[in-house]
Amino acid sequence: MSMKRIESLNDFVVKFANVNGSGSASANELFAKSFLRMGIPVSPRNIFPSNIQGLPTWYEVRVTEKGWLGRRGGVDLMVAMNPQTWSQDVKEIEPGGYLFYDNTKPLPPSKFRDDVNVIGMPLTEISNATFTDARERQLFKNIIYVGALSALMDIEPGVIAELIGEQYKGKEKLLKPNLNAFQMGFNYAGEKLKGMLGLKVKRAYAVGDRIFMEGNAAAALGCVYGGATVCAWYPITPSSSLAEAFTRYCQKLRVDPDSGKNKFAIIQAEDELASIGIVCGAGWNGARAFTATSGPGISLMSEFVGLAYFAEIPAVIIDVQRGGPSTGMPTRTQQSDVLKCAYLSHGDTKHVLLFPEDPHECFNFGALSLDLAERLQTPVFLMTDLDIGMNQRLCKPLQWDDARVYDRGKVMTAEMLDGGKEFGRYLDVDGDGIPYRTYPGTHESKGAYFTRGTSKNPYAVYSEAGADYAYNMERLLKKHDFAKTLLPKPLLTPAREPARFGCIYYGSTSPSMHEALEALADKGIFVNALRVRAFPFQDEIYDFCQSHAKVFVVEQNRDAQLKTLLVNEAGVNPACLISVLHYDGTPITARFIAREISEIVSALNVRPIKKDKAA
Amino acid sequence: MTYVLKPKLHHPMLAKNKLGFTRRDYEGKVSTLCAGCGHDSISAALIQAFFQLDIQPHRVAKLSGIGCSSKTPDYFLGNSHGFNTVHGRMPSVLTGANLANRDLIYLGVSGDGDSASIGLGQFAHVMRRGVNMTYILENNGVYGLTKGQFSATADKGSKAKKGMVNADAAVDTVSLALLMGATFVARSFSGDKQQLTPLVEAAIWHQGAAFIDVISPCVAFNNHPGSTKSYDYVREHNEAVNRLDFWPSRDAITVDYSEGGVIEVPQHDGSIIKLRKLDAEYDPSDKINAITHIAQAAAKGEVLTGLLYLAPDAEDLHQHLNTFEAPFNRLGEKELCPGSALLDKINAGLR
Repeated sequence: MSMKRIESLNDFVVKFANVNGSGSASANELFAKSFLRMGIPVSPRNIFPSNIQGLPTWYEVRVTEKGWLGRRGGVDLMVAMNPQTWSQDVKEIEPGGYLFYDNTKPLPPSKFRDDVNVIGMPLTEISNATFTDARERQLFKNIIYVGALSALMDIEPGVIAELIGEQYKGKEKLLKPNLNAFQMGFNYAGEKLKGMLGLKVKRAYAVGDRIFMEGNAAAALGCVYGGATVCAWYPITPSSSLAEAFTRYCQKLRVDPDSGKNKFAIIQAEDELASIGIVCGAGWNGARAFTATSGPGISLMSEFVGLAYFAEIPAVIIDVQRGGPSTGMPTRTQQSDVLKCAYLSHGDTKHVLLFPEDPHECFNFGALSLDLAERLQTPVFLMTDLDIGMNQRLCKPLQWDDARVYDRGKVMTAEMLDGGKEFGRYLDVDGDGIPYRTYPGTHESKGAYFTRGTSKNPYAVYSEAGADYAYNMERLLKKHDFAKTLLPKPLLTPAREPARFGCIYYGSTSPSMHEALEALADKGIFVNALRVRAFPFQDEIYDFCQSHAKVFVVEQNRDAQLKTLLVNEAGVNPACLISVLHYDGTPITARFIAREISEIVSALNVRPIKKDKAA
Repeated sequence: MTYVLKPKLHHPMLAKNKLGFTRRDYEGKVSTLCAGCGHDSISAALIQAFFQLDIQPHRVAKLSGIGCSSKTPDYFLGNSHGFNTVHGRMPSVLTGANLANRDLIYLGVSGDGDSASIGLGQFAHVMRRGVNMTYILENNGVYGLTKGQFSATADKGSKAKKGMVNADAAVDTVSLALLMGATFVARSFSGDKQQLTPLVEAAIWHQGAAFIDVISPCVAFNNHPGSTKSYDYVREHNEAVNRLDFWPSRDAITVDYSEGGVIEVPQHDGSIIKLRKLDAEYDPSDKINAITHIAQAAAKGEVLTGLLYLAPDAEDLHQHLNTFEAPFNRLGEKELCPGSALLDKINAGLR
């Protein structure tokens, strides 16, 4: 009996099982990028437990000419380089899929599956025959398997040589052995493993001018372009690489060429309380400041965020969400801080949230959040997650309009004060709920005020009078409502045909959602989809819910957090909302969404049999 | 509860400084602290120092945490911006403010609960970073606003108003500041204006992290006979005022003693604090010497006052970070945004 073989062109999933710290990351990235250079979109994902060295790590590459960038689920080819996770890795392969492994040491037949095609190659033997240094032997083994895979899949070798050339530009000593290792793998597989793999690629034209970038780097760059000068942070997965990217970009883009001085200040603080404290101090004093953190850090920042809300201090907080509660799953993805951030701190508080879908929006919203924070004089949360933040994602190129001017909000200057303009720090003069502020040191005798978290009258004078307190709290509510006019609108993707059902989704769910909508439409299930991009919710979101019989709310958390917010804050009837929830820490897949929605739809379409009244 | 506004009438004969300001221009709202509180004496010393240094009041930013001491920035420099932040977290807010505008003078006001308990971490790290500021710790060993619990600077064995005896070791903020890298470290007593005012002036001039621990007796929650060392006259005085149905009004404790001298200062609670003023020959530039002196004095039951340490080569956070000369809050898109041409290059590198 001949074994089933998955045969696929430009559409498959490869997963690498490696040992952390073995140098596999750069080889795997090289592999992923080679498809892009051949015009075929890819979507890679790092899957790593919370460890540093010696423990398992995985890298999954979805090759997808159609451009579906969500996680697909299932593995067509497993490159099993980690004996520790062998059984688990072999189990994950789709029937008819492939197992590529290092057969330098023979393995008993019990280690294999009879519905999986096995491709063995003596990687260690080949590497050891050429390289003598232990570290080199390990590192080049990775490049050797990339060479072999490129021969098996028909990746153009010139593309890989070009990428290696770019990576080791100016480091000739490293360039040669890397090219050599690649060639060894390529030649071996070309001669001895020919025809063993049914997964092939062919040059396509589906990438266009898109870029390949991590969301954390994009958000950091957005903060550089948006004029952030102060960044205070405390290391926490998965947000640390954001502050590190900000540091790198600033060193390149923000050093004054004449003086050699830095137009930025980055503080790695002692904890998240200090991070947000520094951000509040800088924002109070008129500099644009932000912090990046994840769930546990948000919990710690809660008290300060209440102060910033009540004292009306601009602050940008980037929450790269991971699995909670408590330490939860630090290296896994979730959208489970939505409710917490919306209402963070004690007392009546409500905050502005932004939900970017990819690195492109991380950049745009990063810059926008700094404008919003100063215009609204309040904390603004950029709600990204590990899936967007720590994976390279194909997205539209970043754009900046050179005519753009920063919105510094309502700041009263010395000239305005001298001109006799009335200053009340907490006075609503324009009807939008936003008062004027002064920067410390503005004027010799006018405009100074005492900032406090305790209640005050519109002129910033301490007051416990009920009327003063209520005025202030209602003005804050008015300001929150006004924020809707400044926030990114939700985006509608209409179904191909008139649809009874609607669907609301946000953030990193986006690519899987679009793929699921296509799959559902192919089955005759038509769903209009609305991507929510900000909170407080605009009227369009309410109207969308009203105009559909049922609306699915797709989220990556257990408790349907956005749905709760829709009911609480947009006044949507909960009876018309149906949750589709994914919360195991892996990124949501199109297969999951399509299956859930089609099951619910068919259940809704089943008419109960009318029973005889007498029965 | 600042309901009372001070009249802004100036006596025409009031002395003016070089900028033409009178002392009144450095005052703030009427204090709401208990009469006789040491903290008000510290506010007075601050007013005097800024007046004498000819500093424009609005060029000072006052930041504080939460507590009795942290309320005081409302009671001086009324034309300066003030920020009553979060309990124990003033240092981080001050750090951020300082980064945003390096041209202002930063004054941090805190208490022993604020700095030595909830905010001990931020206290230590702000000293480590060398933030250019004057950090005044108004130290009374007690939580006043929540009515008399011990703070972490309370001496081991001291007795609280409700009768509890403190079994925990005291945090010595001066030693801690020294160890953490503060470049100006001093201690004084709220009642010793002669010593405190020049110390505040020197701290303001210092370009780096300047810390002054000011012992400041609490009149409300140390007014019980809690010590065997009590003076009879204090006790008599106690009894006399305790009949009144509001917080006892006291005269602030003042002291006047010479360099190298020791003075025993009776506190409102009847206990005695032994202050030793540093010799005129004391060399404050030697850090190890400073640490030794403080420890030796403590072993004798004395509290050393004066300028304990002044780093000869102090640097501040802006120097460490090599920041731009112009304040960040004055930079706009022209100075900060790299522009679209560079972004296109970045895009090209990401394909």
